[in-house]
Amino acid sequence: MGTASVEVRDLVKYHGAILAVDRCSFSVQPGEFFSLIGPSGSGKTTTLRLLAGFEQPDRGEILIEGRSMQSIAPNHRPVNLVFQNYALFPHLTVFKNVAFGLEMRHIAHSEVNSRVGAALDMVRLHDKPDRFPSQLSGGEQQRVALARALVNRPAVVLLDEPLGALDQQLRQDMRLELKAIQEQVGLTFICVTHHQEEALTMSDRVAVMNRGRILQIGSPRDMYESPRSVFVANFVGTSNQLTGRVDEVNAVTCRIHVPGMPSIVARYQISLTVGTPVTLTIRPERLDLSRDQHESGLDNRVPARIDKALYNGSDMHYKLRLSDQVVWTARVVNGGDQKGFTAGESVYVGWNAGDGVALTE
Amino acid sequence: MIDPSSTVSRHQSTRQRHPYWPLFPAVLWMLAFFLLPLLLVFAISFASRGLYGGVRWVFSLTNYLMILDPLYLRIYGRSFLLASGTTGICLLIGYPLAYFIARAPARWQGVWLLFVIIPFWTNFLVRTYAWMFILRTEGLLNTVLLDVGMIRAPIEILYTDWAVLIGLVYGYLPFMVLPLYAAIERLNRSVVEAAWDLYANGWSLFWRVIFPLTKSGVIAGCLLVFIPTIGAYITPDLLGGAKTMMVGNLIQHEYLVIRDWPFGSAISFVLMAAVVLGVLMYFKCGGVFEDVKERR
Repeated sequence: MGTASVEVRDLVKYHGAILAVDRCSFSVQPGEFFSLIGPSGSGKTTTLRLLAGFEQPDRGEILIEGRSMQSIAPNHRPVNLVFQNYALFPHLTVFKNVAFGLEMRHIAHSEVNSRVGAALDMVRLHDKPDRFPSQLSGGEQQRVALARALVNRPAVVLLDEPLGALDQQLRQDMRLELKAIQEQVGLTFICVTHHQEEALTMSDRVAVMNRGRILQIGSPRDMYESPRSVFVANFVGTSNQLTGRVDEVNAVTCRIHVPGMPSIVARYQISLTVGTPVTLTIRPERLDLSRDQHESGLDNRVPARIDKALYNGSDMHYKLRLSDQVVWTARVVNGGDQKGFTAGESVYVGWNAGDGVALTE
Repeated sequence: MIDPSSTVSRHQSTRQRHPYWPLFPAVLWMLAFFLLPLLLVFAISFASRGLYGGVRWVFSLTNYLMILDPLYLRIYGRSFLLASGTTGICLLIGYPLAYFIARAPARWQGVWLLFVIIPFWTNFLVRTYAWMFILRTEGLLNTVLLDVGMIRAPIEILYTDWAVLIGLVYGYLPFMVLPLYAAIERLNRSVVEAAWDLYANGWSLFWRVIFPLTKSGVIAGCLLVFIPTIGAYITPDLLGGAKTMMVGNLIQHEYLVIRDWPFGSAISFVLMAAVVLGVLMYFKCGGVFEDVKERR
């Protein structure tokens, strides 16, 4: 493996007394689409601004293509930021907006023209070079902002909530387009978003942040299938939870004792010892509902009552009451012939050991 | 801001029909106290001076020809130079000051703005007298400079063009700072950051982004300083003494001392026409309308 595009080591940043970024470390490989996700105030935007150079870390180190960014101003960093509200230059045309970075670096006129032309082609704005930002739609402005960064071919493209200001349908389309453009140009992308679904679709790897700390880094699949904390399990997708104590630890699974329920077999991520309190998390679509307690093939089966049945077209959403405090959600694909369950019915909720994950925090 | 939705709504609101009747008091006031007197002055400028002052209603163009007398041309020239100098110095001092205020924490902005406006609470005449005390030969400035040892003999500032310039800059600086503050405060911070991120150094950051985006404030400030200073009367009268006359003093002199109302009216009118023409040319050449259009 060559030099990482970005290498962040033990980054710490205070905003006054508030610890905005707390000992964050990660590295991003060339050509990778890396996303920082987390709720607002989790420190992801601050991390991005530290990478761009608008803020200086209190401790830690940022290397971009192996070069330390210590006290290097934003205009001398090989990174370009796509701003949340685009921050286009309102007094310049689309062409001049995109050409800005090249002109600042005194690139020859002919090259500026061809590179800006190519960038506008890529974002499908080749027919609007003379428009002003105010004459463009939100989606078009977003693409200008993207072209303005890409045209410089920076070592890293930083994106701050790139799709945040777009409406729902456009978000869906732009998500795929953004990913396609990233693959086409082959540049390293670091994207900040609070929209976990977006991050899962676009990214090669994702880091989940909360309260300034990085909780977990991995592929979208890792994040969803193997969360290492309850926070990650809840933030990436939705999950059902159940708390109990470890009864028995095996090679890959453990047995969990939950008062008033049959014992449950689940996968674990972090080493466990017998007696440890744990939280079981399981995805709504991994649950199977049946009226028969002894239906075969599933490792776990617990009784529940259906609180609510929501017809959702392609699938059914059920609110399941396992006990007074525990309410789960199950999502069952609508198979057409399959007869649904109705509210008030008693059922058995089943799932495989591999679908439940036992977590300690 | 470049929020697209706000741009759209602004366009719509200008097209919306508003009732005109609330304008009635303003229109009445302007007609009675601005337009009528102006027409009167315009009429007088074509009349002749009576034997003992006063106006004789005999049509003549002599007043307008008299304006071209080299004696008066020097006064116009001095007025123009002093007004331009005042505007330039106000801009040089005012821009950094306005930038500082606009970028200060919100709770401090009000305090700094208050300091800019506080002089208005005292009468302009009184403040100009204060400057006489500061600038005269035994005044504060000379005393301090002598004590510090920067000069050996008192410098003569009062009753020179320099005193007028100092007084005008002092008096009109707030008119520069306030519109500049408004423009800079409106400036989207992330647009400036975007330019910085796109390799702009301090120089290009200012001249390619910050200045163009605050140009409307610069123009408003310059007009608000230039127009009143070219017709300034109190400052040159008190600080410039008898030697330094500006157009304002000339007009006052013609009306009240020589009692040649028609000539005074003619000068007033030419001054006004020159200012209006100058401003229009400034707009045309400076591409101001272009700028405004782009920002909408």
